[in-house]
Amino acid sequence: MKHLALWSVLLVGLLLTGCGRSAAPAVKIGLNAEITGELSAVGTSSRNAAELLVAEVNAAGGLVVAGKTYPIELIVGDNGGRADQAASTAQRLASQNNVLAMVGPNASACAIPASAIAESLGVTMISPWSTNPKTTVDAVTGAPKAYVFRGCFTDLFQARVLAKFTLDNLKARRVAVLYDVASEAPNGQATLFRRTFEEAGGVVAAFETYTTGDRDFAAQLTKIRAAQPDVIFLPAYYNDVPLITRQARRLGISAPFVGSDTWSTPEIIKLGGEDVEGAYFCNHYSTAIATPEAQKFVADYTAKYGQAPDDVAALTYDSLGLLLKAIQASGRVDDRRAVRDALAAIPAYDGVTGTMRFPVSGGGDPEKSAVILQIRDGKFEWVANAAP
Amino acid sequence: MDYALQQAINALQLGSIYALIALGYSLVYGVLGMINFAHGDVFMLGAFACFVLVMWIPLPLVVVLPAVMVITGLAGMLIERVAYRPLRRAPKVSAIITALGCGLVIANAVNSLSPYSQSMPRLLEDETHTLFGEVKVSSLQILITGVAVGLMVGLDFVVRKTRFGMAMRAIAQDRATVALMGVPVNRIIALTFGIGASLGGAAGVLYGLAYPVIAAPMGVLVGWKAFVAAVIGGIGNVRGAMLGGYLIGAVEVTTVAVLPSTYRDLIAYSLLLVILIFKPHGLLGRPVNQKV
Repeated sequence: MKHLALWSVLLVGLLLTGCGRSAAPAVKIGLNAEITGELSAVGTSSRNAAELLVAEVNAAGGLVVAGKTYPIELIVGDNGGRADQAASTAQRLASQNNVLAMVGPNASACAIPASAIAESLGVTMISPWSTNPKTTVDAVTGAPKAYVFRGCFTDLFQARVLAKFTLDNLKARRVAVLYDVASEAPNGQATLFRRTFEEAGGVVAAFETYTTGDRDFAAQLTKIRAAQPDVIFLPAYYNDVPLITRQARRLGISAPFVGSDTWSTPEIIKLGGEDVEGAYFCNHYSTAIATPEAQKFVADYTAKYGQAPDDVAALTYDSLGLLLKAIQASGRVDDRRAVRDALAAIPAYDGVTGTMRFPVSGGGDPEKSAVILQIRDGKFEWVANAAP
Repeated sequence: MDYALQQAINALQLGSIYALIALGYSLVYGVLGMINFAHGDVFMLGAFACFVLVMWIPLPLVVVLPAVMVITGLAGMLIERVAYRPLRRAPKVSAIITALGCGLVIANAVNSLSPYSQSMPRLLEDETHTLFGEVKVSSLQILITGVAVGLMVGLDFVVRKTRFGMAMRAIAQDRATVALMGVPVNRIIALTFGIGASLGGAAGVLYGLAYPVIAAPMGVLVGWKAFVAAVIGGIGNVRGAMLGGYLIGAVEVTTVAVLPSTYRDLIAYSLLLVILIFKPHGLLGRPVNQKV
């Protein structure tokens, strides 16, 4: 009797594995995104773009790896825009959901702690939008992390682009900076901008901070007004920017604002209206100079979600695209190390946000270019292509 | 001179809002001896109630502000009835945990209905007036300070001069005996919660007008700061809460005005710690003698 039970269990087990083999098991990819919390617009764009690409690949039959076709399963984890939750989400995706590789988080404050988990567990992680150097480089040793990549340019690159644009195009020599000292990306951008701007011969007349969640900036802006800057540099997220610009105008400050890629969601126009008109910012891509593939992405995304993709969406699309390409190149769907090696060695990849590749010298920061946009009549208008 | 005066105006606006929220903490503590940690989220609820009302029917501020105060007041009474009254005889810690839980429920409910930040519509023309030189004041700043001071003076009058206020103060002293004297304790406590919540709601409306990007987590930081204001002023004391609110506003703005702004919270809250070391019951608080 006992033997019979054992045999039947074995038999059922065999049958099940047999079934599994006939339809290839899904390739699991994790997405660690800011679905809720202060940055929910960022996480939602990221999820939308990832789901769009997965739907496209699955509709075409699946991902072809070494002659076999596999469906893709996207597992979305919400990190709430918080550092601790980003790390635990990365842990859960890698250990419990057993994903082959991960996309996200997007905000640097989330991506840096998540990258430590990815590195220690040996799972490839590609952050679409995190520009802080510390995401891909170990802050203590200065060595690049083996398993961590990003789909965007870094803050050092961005700081150089913005310093050059402010000096050469806006002809501004005196700049004031106001940023969130408690948030990783704005903090890094402000510090790097100050360094590069001063090296290029400019003057930083005021360097003021606030803390995440602050809504009143009048004291800092009054101080900035007294410093009489030609331009105000504002590396801040879309929630803060409209409040700062309005309070500045209320105090009679007329200097133009310049922002970083943290501005680049349409939410900023919805929330800011006329208060953000005329401001410039550095961004990853512009629909105005898009290639045919990029145009197709913009059209598909707009058709599916009813609004144009922002840069987080475009970068997520490219990051996941890069990852899928790397899985194909590795020829394996069960080897995390092989995926990492294939991604590091990928030749020039033509993405929605331009051509990119990872440097031969190593490291997870791609070589790619930036654009400068201006907010005009409630739209992001292309101003210039930029390389420092 | 221009600089100092402008910063003083900034401090007045910030302080008015802290003070208005701090009152809610202080009122409830005064009557029940419990800290209502859901108050910051009731404040947020006020901003969202205003947003929803105005999007639904574009009414002027004179109608919207009282309407929101009624809505949040009712919400406060509901919270008291559902979450706090059953725990009135339980240990104080349980009530504090329930309050935190209530706050999380409100914040997450609003967050699930509105995961994005919302832009508060402009309810009045925000004109900037130049007083003299570089010193500017906006009509919003005048309105905020005016409404806040008006509400606070009104509340102070109610607490000190009316029968209701007398009942509140009596309950604070000895709830059991007061009940024997025929004071409807439950009703007075519910009303106290209602008034505290409606002041929080009013602060939410004013805050939403001044800082027109509203989001579900907005109540947390402001709520904490207002709570600190209530403690500094002497929690349980209505005038203390106002004093504490303006003090925190002034200290925050002054630190930024004089020092690098990175030191703001460090200096501001160290100073407040020092105040508490020398005045452990807050500036206007009186030591409580536990009866044995």
